[in-house]
Amino acid sequence: MPQPKTLLQKVWDVHVVAKDQASPSILYIDLHLVHEVTSPQAFSGLRQKGLRVRRPDRTVATMDHSTPTLSLSLALADDMAVRQLRQFESNCSDFGIPLYDLEHPERGIVHVIGPELGLTQPGMTIVCGDSHTSTHGAFGALAFGIGTSEVEHVLATQSLLQYRPKTYLVNFDGQLQPGVAAKDMILALIAKIGIGGGTGHVFEFAGSAVRALDMEGRMTLCNMSIEAGARAGMIAPDDATFEYLAGRQFAPRGAAWDAALDRWRSLPSDAGAVYDKSVTIDASKLEPMVTYGTNPSMGAPISQPVPDPEQEADPAKRAALEKALRYMDLQPGRPLTGHPVDVVFIGSCTNSRLSDLRLAASLLKGRKVADGVRLLVVPGSENIRRQAEAEGIDKIVRDAGGEWRYAGCSMCIAMNGDQLQPGQYAVSTSNRNFEGRQGKGGRTFLASPLTAAASAITGKVTDPRTFMS
Amino acid sequence: MKKFQILTSRLIPLPHNDVDTDQIIPARYLKVIDKSGLEEGLFAGWRYLPDGSPKPDFPLNQPQFQGAQILLAGDNFGCGSSREHAPWALVGWGIRAIISTSFADIFRNNSLKNGLLPIIVDEETHQQLFAMVADDPSTRVTVDLDAQTVKLPNGREAAFPIDEFSKVCLLEGLDQLGYLLKNEEKIAAFEQAMEK
Repeated sequence: MPQPKTLLQKVWDVHVVAKDQASPSILYIDLHLVHEVTSPQAFSGLRQKGLRVRRPDRTVATMDHSTPTLSLSLALADDMAVRQLRQFESNCSDFGIPLYDLEHPERGIVHVIGPELGLTQPGMTIVCGDSHTSTHGAFGALAFGIGTSEVEHVLATQSLLQYRPKTYLVNFDGQLQPGVAAKDMILALIAKIGIGGGTGHVFEFAGSAVRALDMEGRMTLCNMSIEAGARAGMIAPDDATFEYLAGRQFAPRGAAWDAALDRWRSLPSDAGAVYDKSVTIDASKLEPMVTYGTNPSMGAPISQPVPDPEQEADPAKRAALEKALRYMDLQPGRPLTGHPVDVVFIGSCTNSRLSDLRLAASLLKGRKVADGVRLLVVPGSENIRRQAEAEGIDKIVRDAGGEWRYAGCSMCIAMNGDQLQPGQYAVSTSNRNFEGRQGKGGRTFLASPLTAAASAITGKVTDPRTFMS
Repeated sequence: MKKFQILTSRLIPLPHNDVDTDQIIPARYLKVIDKSGLEEGLFAGWRYLPDGSPKPDFPLNQPQFQGAQILLAGDNFGCGSSREHAPWALVGWGIRAIISTSFADIFRNNSLKNGLLPIIVDEETHQQLFAMVADDPSTRVTVDLDAQTVKLPNGREAAFPIDEFSKVCLLEGLDQLGYLLKNEEKIAAFEQAMEK
């Protein structure tokens, strides 16, 4: 009998071009996504070496990181951003790579448009010079972030030198309570296993709570795998995956669709497959999560007080917590709920999809953002923006006193002028609360779109369930 | 890529765990189209005062650590984003090796492609090195990549792991792309079989 295989192993095995004893495997890459920030030096490398892009037809480029969200023109962008974006346009045009540029109606955040256009498919290998490439694993693809040297490798050879990662099974069993979402699941996992807990591994998310998530929730879950150190997170494809993909622009059609379905249905891990590590979380016991510190593992259920470093036995963890609370200017033992916030950001490749915006709008409808609070809502793609506008979500956001923007990474990475001022507090649906991530001196509480919307209304960190009873 | 063989240097202590790449180089420095000058942004959030002047107590600004080529870092160094600007900034400043107990995967991969050696030592050696530098900032260690050892001033040698392929590339200064390009025929055959 053949050895039972995991989803990761199945995808890996069919992409190995060559393997010899002394070197890593040559892994074939099906889809290479490219953006303006991590690619310029890779294109320069190709030019210096006189190389072409091996498979422009397997390469897709979009502008997202340093693009303005106030308008679709570069008039408001700074000179450095304009130079980088112009260079990106030349690089794509010189090497024949399709580019979703600022004027393109389907432009958006790279990890939002890949799935939306049907480019992301089960069983694929997908890379991008961006750590949140893990998002695409929601479809049962092996998708991971790479550096610029590796971007150059893939541009030139459509391949990468890789060692097979270890496997880490993450089971979420049980049914989520109202007001608890995929974002809370992943924040709970990261808080449990730590920011380096998944290093060297690929997560496979499984269990009834994962099966119950729609594709957008699954993308949120996989998106933040990297925040626990795992380069990728994967979910076995099922009918929800196939229904999402059917009819999308780049999804297979006709006989090719039927053949693909056969292939995709064979991807889920075999019974008895062995994982290097595993963890189980009772999803029915999860609460909305919020972070209090300066990395995504420093998070807790929203009802919990800010932890006290003196209660931490491990000296290194105590020092890290003290440093984080100093930066955040938070008092140990005090509740986080009720802490004033200056800005609420709803967006990013983690939580900027239509379902995220609908959830936020469900609380904002007929209500106002608290005085002095800035609410910024940034759809993940231009498609999502138009769909949301067709549903009136833009009007709900504006009527509440919030700002409704064009698609982009915006205040998640704060490269485009959308940023916190020093000392400001934000509740953010993005993925990183690192020092200065959302603007120099800015302080971030990571949370779900529901928690973010609730906090915008009250002007304080707020448990969204208080709006739901 | 610059060869890495034997390096003797002082150590710059940075005793924080989980240093993320946003701290190594903040995103506002990423709007460049080449690799030059990134060292100005290295640890910018920690290295400069609000007025832009050097923060005197940050190790990179202290006279005893000028010219040192090894960073002695806390656990899980380089977590977060995939930006290769992080190793570029470190190398630009003059760092050739980083000693820690663990590294984030993408950062470690990126470093290996830039002649920057990530050295994983055991907990005991790690703590001993921090103690030695605290005691005497002029403490020097010798990294021998071929032997895969870090030699401490007390004569002790700590072994470190590295995969054979990355080791050879570093020792000989080889760009890994060269290896991939040599396998183009195999890649083409794979494509043909797959796309049939």
